[in-house]
Amino acid sequence: MRGTSPTRRAPLLAIYATLVFAFIYLPIVVLILYSFNRDGVGGFPPRQLTLDWYRQLFADGPLWDSVLNSLLVACGAVALSLALGLLAALALDRASFPGKALFRRLVLLPLILPGIITGLSLLMFVVFAGMQLSLLTVFLGHGTALISVATTEIFAGLQKLDRAQEEASLDLGATPWRTFWRITLPNLRLSLIAAGLLIFTLSMDEIAVTFFLLGRDNTLPLEIWARLRRGITPEINAISTLIFAVSVALIIVWYRIRMRSVGSGAQQLLERP
Amino acid sequence: MSGAANPQAASLDAKGPLLEVRAAAKRFGTRDVLKNISLNIASGEFLTLLGESGSGKTTLLRLIAGFEQPTGGEIWMAGERLDTLPPYRRRVNTVFQNYALFPHLNVRDNVAYGLRAQGALKSDIPGRVDEALRMVKMAEFAGARPATLSGGQQQRVALARALINRPKLLLLDEPLSALDANLRKQMQGELKALQREVGITFLFVTHDQEEAMALSDRIALLRDGTLEQVASPREIYARPATAYTAQFIGQTNLLRGEIRGSIATCGALRWPVEDADGPAVFSLRPEAIRLCTDGTRQISEVKFRASVRQQIYAGASELLEMDCGEGQLLRVRLPACGPMNGEREFVFAIADAIRVEN
Repeated sequence: MRGTSPTRRAPLLAIYATLVFAFIYLPIVVLILYSFNRDGVGGFPPRQLTLDWYRQLFADGPLWDSVLNSLLVACGAVALSLALGLLAALALDRASFPGKALFRRLVLLPLILPGIITGLSLLMFVVFAGMQLSLLTVFLGHGTALISVATTEIFAGLQKLDRAQEEASLDLGATPWRTFWRITLPNLRLSLIAAGLLIFTLSMDEIAVTFFLLGRDNTLPLEIWARLRRGITPEINAISTLIFAVSVALIIVWYRIRMRSVGSGAQQLLERP
Repeated sequence: MSGAANPQAASLDAKGPLLEVRAAAKRFGTRDVLKNISLNIASGEFLTLLGESGSGKTTLLRLIAGFEQPTGGEIWMAGERLDTLPPYRRRVNTVFQNYALFPHLNVRDNVAYGLRAQGALKSDIPGRVDEALRMVKMAEFAGARPATLSGGQQQRVALARALINRPKLLLLDEPLSALDANLRKQMQGELKALQREVGITFLFVTHDQEEAMALSDRIALLRDGTLEQVASPREIYARPATAYTAQFIGQTNLLRGEIRGSIATCGALRWPVEDADGPAVFSLRPEAIRLCTDGTRQISEVKFRASVRQQIYAGASELLEMDCGEGQLLRVRLPACGPMNGEREFVFAIADAIRVEN
């Protein structure tokens, strides 16, 4: 029991770690501070704090329209990608069919593919299909591009599922259909929520794919980007601060759910003789 | 699938077997897990599938439950072809090895699951669930989640859940193996009592021969995917058909020797038999051998001298390892008799040396 703390053993490492964290988080801190700064952007350190920028923000109709658009797209994308991802995960977990290995890779491809490629190819497809660019195309783009996220999360949930439970359900006289709704799906609840939250946040701040598929109605990130071309305004800092707060809240919720699902899985393992 | 196609349906009356396994086989890839199993189970019987792990007993259970399809043979229940039906159409229910209770449902909903799945009348459900929970003494836990219950309690809930649909046949897959020794003994008693109470046929899987002996009307001993012997506990113990059975059920001495001119010779032991000449194996239970105190023997007995190699005291009895010379060791179980050493004379009845197949 010698009192050598990690910092004493490696002071350089500690300094390095501090610098990395500062590099990551300092800009966010500055952004949050500026959103309360009466002098707006510039003038550091802030001398007078104010909520004016937030008041201005809440009165900004077009900006809130874009927030609403983003929420619509994100909710739709969650529904679409969860539905399709669930089917893909079920196929990967329990069906065996020719070309399964290829299917697995294809489903996961959008995770690795640069957004610009996904966006461009979706645009080509939309043009080919003769569709008008609108929020609908953005929703379809997000929904399909994020299937891979849903598939991986749900597949992990299925792998943890105790198959004896489904057998018990069939054994008790439930049809496979009933078993799926009453046993399989409730057991995937945590995976579905976790995947949904992740897809929601990814869709909310998606730019690359959105850029190609956007019609006349802006989503929030693109509205912010458009305004930035006219210079940074304190109002942008205010909305960014709000986004940051909501994101942190969602991440905490997601993390808690993740821990619970992992925790219960570990518990089940321990209970097994 | 139609029952009318069954040529035996007419001949099956109430006395006929409930379940008939006809030459069932199961192959996983290149491995034959079950080979040509034929087994009848009578209505109301408590039959145990006994075997080492990997002997195929759980696979046979899963064929009957419908979770696996046989690669050969047929399974019939009460005059109806069973193996072509999906699991949810079979009047067979299962108690799973780790109970497989539904973690997202409380005890009451777990037990009610079967009734709801079968579309029972809504008004009937609470009463039948309460009745089932009372039967396994779990009524006070109706609102609890499975994760909060002990192993023994989960076991009871699993029983209630499996019995609620009043199956014709209940399958139990090593249901007691997860419990500690004391609880297991207690649950054995309760299981037997429960079976008598509900009158449902039980097909019980275990690797524990004592458990099989304590519970069963008949034991079916499986070995490497084939049935070694099917008989009542008393018969399988007293008259094992094979050397494997004799060793698996209880303890025994296997005497490997030879018959020539109606005399069996196994090492230092010789006795008359009525079998043809050739090599032979006999099973002689340790308790069939007793001390020869007065030096005399009956004509139907074999007498031999042996010296004590080891003595293990077990309360009511002692287990001795005796050396009969020529390297032949015999285990002898005697009533507790105090420390012994040196040479002694023993006898056993010729009828107790059971000829078994090797």
